Amino acid sequence: MNRQFINDYDSLIVGGGLVGAAIATGLAGSGRRVAIFDGGDRDFRASRGNFGLVWVQGKGADYAPYARWSGIAARAWPAFAQSLLEATRVDVGLQQTGGLDFCLDETEWDARDSEMRRVQAHTDGEFEFQMLDNAELREWIPQVSERVLGACFSPRDGHVNPLYLLRALHQRLSDLGADYFPSRPVLSTTPDGGGFRVDTATDRYTAGQVVFCAGLANQRLARDVEMDIPVRPLRGQLLITERVPSFLPCASVQVRQTREGTLQIGDSHEDAGFDESTTLDVITQLAARAVRIFPHLEAVRLQRAWGALRVMTPDGLPVYQQSSRYPGAFAVSCHSGVTLAALHAGAVAEWIDGSRMHPLIADFSATRFDVSATRQRRA
Amino acid sequence: MFRLLGNDAPEFVEIELDAQRVSVPAGISLAAALLLLDALPTRRTPVGAGPRAPFCMMGACYECLVEIDGRVNQRACQVLISAGMRVRRQLASAVPEAEA
Repeated sequence: MNRQFINDYDSLIVGGGLVGAAIATGLAGSGRRVAIFDGGDRDFRASRGNFGLVWVQGKGADYAPYARWSGIAARAWPAFAQSLLEATRVDVGLQQTGGLDFCLDETEWDARDSEMRRVQAHTDGEFEFQMLDNAELREWIPQVSERVLGACFSPRDGHVNPLYLLRALHQRLSDLGADYFPSRPVLSTTPDGGGFRVDTATDRYTAGQVVFCAGLANQRLARDVEMDIPVRPLRGQLLITERVPSFLPCASVQVRQTREGTLQIGDSHEDAGFDESTTLDVITQLAARAVRIFPHLEAVRLQRAWGALRVMTPDGLPVYQQSSRYPGAFAVSCHSGVTLAALHAGAVAEWIDGSRMHPLIADFSATRFDVSATRQRRA
Repeated sequence: MFRLLGNDAPEFVEIELDAQRVSVPAGISLAAALLLLDALPTRRTPVGAGPRAPFCMMGACYECLVEIDGRVNQRACQVLISAGMRVRRQLASAVPEAEA
């Protein structure tokens, strides 16, 4: 078969989810000619299944650069949401009124408290949080059960509608003249004279840059340019209820309420391999925990549930890596495509287009997973 | 706005709608009966109190929610008329305090 040869682009983005689309808007916005290759509806698509939290609390408790990076990302969100609204007329529904992580017992309370203190230390006190006891919590949200010990509150947290975010990014890409190719997965990438050849089932593309943002497929795809990006799936199941009057003034890890009144209940973490199905036992556990926190939810019916696979690196931190062997090839992997969206569209795109390298990006290199580096650390 | 099609005179049965007895054709969906009765809106949304009515008629859009025999948020398009059923439109949904 003779493939059509296409060399109209500066940057080829492999993956059109939240990460790929955000980076592509940054590159296209600075004048680069960008093509985005996306998978199909049967692929694992974390961007279409996630919870929608903009979340800082607890992030980077054991790694200071991640605590700082998440803090910068959260502070960038209001202006980012506003710029998307002005550019695309899509309101992503950012509600950044803080976030709660409910603690049902003392073990959870102590774990949260110590985690948050570490995040605060890593950010020179910029990260703020407050441990609320049951009385303080119920004074604020009367629907909380007396049986909840308390909650951790952090004022920078929030939530968005993740599907509107994806839609806004794609609208922006289209307005900027980027070419989006749905259901056109990249089959292979070949370094070629300082640039790259990317093959799809029908065509062959060449460009100076290729950026792998393909979620769980990054490991397989980036191997073509000799980058090792270890990622594994971590399943989360989410429940959706019928719409109820607004009662939650802010998001929480366990339950969030959309602007329309729907409750989204979630946060399971399951090692289930590449299986995104739902299971009755986890649905039951999630529902029971939500009712334990908010007893009035017992009368609220579930409408549907789904499973989605988080994209997890071995240490849970993002990866921002340029190939040392083949400069111009980049890989980005993370499970916080919503929280970090503003930085992916901003600082990460600036790093890729070579205009500026934010000093924290070097702290997320994939070389930390190299066997030799591990040996050195252990030695 | 809506009328019955066909020439056969349907059999009518009585149901209760908002505590009033009304007569509707047997064998049609409750959503169709509400449209036939022009009993609109059939609900108000829980957050913004916006008016809603049956829309997709096939169980997908969840716009036609009503209370049936004491259970709220039932899809009227997925329920056939049965004699004596007690139906309430959900018109008294909570309104955010700022708007109340």
